[in-house]
Amino acid sequence: MATGRRTILKAGGALGVWSVLVAAGVLSAGEARAAADRTPFQATTLEEAFAALGAGRPDASSYIELSLPDIAENGAMVPIGVVSRLPGTEQMAILVQKNPNKLAAVFDFAPDTLPELQTRIRMAESSDVLVLVKTAAGFHLARRPVRVTIGGCAA
Amino acid sequence: MSEATRIRATVKDGITEVVIRMAHPMESGQRRAPSGERLPAHHITDFAVHHGERQVLGGRFGGGISANPHLVFRFRGGAAGEELSVSWTDNRGVMRRDSVKIG
Repeated sequence: MATGRRTILKAGGALGVWSVLVAAGVLSAGEARAAADRTPFQATTLEEAFAALGAGRPDASSYIELSLPDIAENGAMVPIGVVSRLPGTEQMAILVQKNPNKLAAVFDFAPDTLPELQTRIRMAESSDVLVLVKTAAGFHLARRPVRVTIGGCAA
Repeated sequence: MSEATRIRATVKDGITEVVIRMAHPMESGQRRAPSGERLPAHHITDFAVHHGERQVLGGRFGGGISANPHLVFRFRGGAAGEELSVSWTDNRGVMRRDSVKIG
């Protein structure tokens, strides 16, 4: 049963599959939700990742400030800082255009949490880094190129 | 056995700054061992930061976050002595929760 189920899960990349599995009683609603949450992380193109996050074609915004090094010596640990000046920022997603899996992380902000964050990401090679910000008004996007001397995924 | 999350939470002028380091290899699933064998993905998938009962930050990670995830953020509220906790789950089902008093 376990392998059978895994095969089905692997075969079904599309979101629609989950509801079918729930209806068939293969998955509980909770399991489907947890699994569906992971689909944006499987995306191998930016378009797929945006679609899985519900962002469609986000608008470029100058109200998202990205702090990133122009040149990162070590792709295994690239510091990134994001400050959103967009009112009602609910969520931020960090994506790396040339990583095999585009989506690095998604952060959900409580209303009293300041819409800013610092973390460290892995970059396989020189690439644009993108930050997608979700507000009540929709999705907004900022991007910045980073040159990587030693890649962090394959290295 | 997982290692404790290092957490620093300090309040100043009504805003609490939180600095977190979760101890985790965050293996992306893309890297290869010297033998050429692909190292299996092993990373945190979900985390949450709570001030008392209230979630102030939550999130999901893929393999694109560096080893020993480091986070810095701030929230309004928080008072010295109140509890701040960090919990995470990884793709192997390991869970961990650690807490500190806001200083």
